[in-house]
Amino acid sequence: MAKRSAPEVNAGSMADIAFLLLIFFLVTTTIETDSGISRKLPPIEDVEDPPIIKQKNIFTVVINRDDRLLVEDELMQLEDLRAAAVAFLDNGGGVGDEACDYCKGKRDTSSSDNPDKAIISLQNDRFTSYNAYISVQNELVAAYNELRNREAQRIFGMDFTVMEKFAKDGVSYAGNKDKLKENIMRIKLMYPQKLSEAEPRK
Amino acid sequence: MSKFRKKSGGELPPISTASLPDIVFMLLFFFMVATVMRQNTLKIQNNLPMADQVEKLDKKDLIMYIYAGKPSQRYQKTFGQEARIQLGDKFADVKDIKAFIEGERASKREELVPFLTTALKVDGETKMGLISDIKQELREVNALKINYTTKKGDVFKNMN
Repeated sequence: MAKRSAPEVNAGSMADIAFLLLIFFLVTTTIETDSGISRKLPPIEDVEDPPIIKQKNIFTVVINRDDRLLVEDELMQLEDLRAAAVAFLDNGGGVGDEACDYCKGKRDTSSSDNPDKAIISLQNDRFTSYNAYISVQNELVAAYNELRNREAQRIFGMDFTVMEKFAKDGVSYAGNKDKLKENIMRIKLMYPQKLSEAEPRK
Repeated sequence: MSKFRKKSGGELPPISTASLPDIVFMLLFFFMVATVMRQNTLKIQNNLPMADQVEKLDKKDLIMYIYAGKPSQRYQKTFGQEARIQLGDKFADVKDIKAFIEGERASKREELVPFLTTALKVDGETKMGLISDIKQELREVNALKINYTTKKGDVFKNMN
């Protein structure tokens, strides 16, 4: 018998099949947006006698049920909150042991002693909208980041947010990673994030 | 000069489509790799607020998602207009959160449990009362690492 060669398979429809699959994946793809503001909740514990904090070291932010802001007993627009928070944290009004040598604020004696003592207290109503709450949180975090960036620029010549990004993915950073983490801790200690949230008012 | 004259009756040769499957396959593989299948079908409106001081969440398997918001249009008849919590695929109540967190913890390896983060995907219109309740529940089960998932954008667009 004569040897017959196998007939060639027609590959013309391969493109169609591939297109079908392609369109399926195109439609189902959602490039997920998983980024946000990270917070740590305070653990539940009974504090016997809470430490006494001087009124001047507390920066109160209240959001009412109509999403309006009351900062240090004065009405304020959201646009001005960041600057006000920066001014408060960076005030450095303390003297002696409580002095802050890197603060660039007004050194007003009626405002915070140093960034370590300064506490931002956020209070909201049960009817405050989540939009307003996140906006305020964002502005307060931005105030901390602004100060941290400034100090990181001064000491390490690099933005704090950039340093954190490097510490997180790590691959793209050429230098010593332990050193980087140490530097981050140092900046964090200079401006510790002390954001306390009160139970919402009924 | 006949050298440069066009050949008479020179029709365009058909473009070869032999490489088309290759191109399409290349695109196909890209989308197959980049696709993240949605784990949960949303039953609520979920228009996240915007923020710009955000941190990226990596390690998708170490995140527990809690959704909250008004039920979507087609569930409003049965569940009303009040903002609700969604855990996994189902509507849930505030007191179901503890069980949900415990369940998630049990499904992970023990050494990974301390790294679990709770991502709150909450619609911007929701009232803070509900969120405070969620946070209180999370505190009670000691799930303290949370992340308010947001879209990237200017915060001033939130308030209008």
